[in-house]
Amino acid sequence: MVQFTSPPLDLSFAALSDATRRGIIDQLGRADASITSLADKFQMTLTGMKKHVQVLERAGLVVTQKVGRVRTCRLGKRGLAAEAEWIEAHRKLFEARFDALDEIISEMKQEAGDEAAN
Amino acid sequence: MKQQIDTHNRTAVERKGDRELVITRTFDAPPGIVFRAWSQAELFRRWWAPKSVPGGVSLVSCEMDVRTGGTYRLEFGAGGPDTMAFYGKYLEVVPNERIVWTNDEGEEGAITTVTFEDLGGKTLLSFHEIYPSREALEEALQGGAAALPEQLDQLGEFLSGEGK
Repeated sequence: MVQFTSPPLDLSFAALSDATRRGIIDQLGRADASITSLADKFQMTLTGMKKHVQVLERAGLVVTQKVGRVRTCRLGKRGLAAEAEWIEAHRKLFEARFDALDEIISEMKQEAGDEAAN
Repeated sequence: MKQQIDTHNRTAVERKGDRELVITRTFDAPPGIVFRAWSQAELFRRWWAPKSVPGGVSLVSCEMDVRTGGTYRLEFGAGGPDTMAFYGKYLEVVPNERIVWTNDEGEEGAITTVTFEDLGGKTLLSFHEIYPSREALEEALQGGAAALPEQLDQLGEFLSGEGK
């Protein structure tokens, strides 16, 4: 059993550490789906799929709702925030790169200046 | 203490239309210098995988032949034997102006274009990623799910290794 210490972050990492669960998120990003249709799509048993969905649900990535005999899954707020998170992650990566590039550019300017002076 | 951040020179990322992501930043040097830092492997490798990126990921090899028709191959590692390779071909290289390359490591990879615009001694750098289809961009963005996983896997492994 996974230990859930600081809920959101740990839960998300654990939830997304599995390829099938990432596939489910991807799938639900396109359209809501029932557990049965997800089980079909990923060629798993209903019980197996229910377990995966539960993990995603506890992490806030997926929300489920039972209507009649069908349990429908859709992306939770956290899943919907994925795009914003991705953009922010991208921005941070490039910010770090460009800050490093900035330093190298200063060195290059310095060297060019030194050469011109000599 | 919270530091006041000057947003003037900062890195901006925006989604443009259905298939494009644009990242911009202004550098305090003319395009010739910025282009050189981008096109010489020994300079490029110093900033493309900066130490401040989490996860201890670094560039273990970096080969680039920056001319139209040339190729590149970058390999990242996190200290272990496994590396992650990124590779492709330069479709167009105009010195001090633009570099266009393919990203061939995945299916439906983006075409990346970087332009260096002269702002009178400064350079406006624009980094565009154009995906072949809306779906391909969505897939990259679905992100939390599809694009972050490798990073999350690495981080997950790192964290679980630390816990033991």
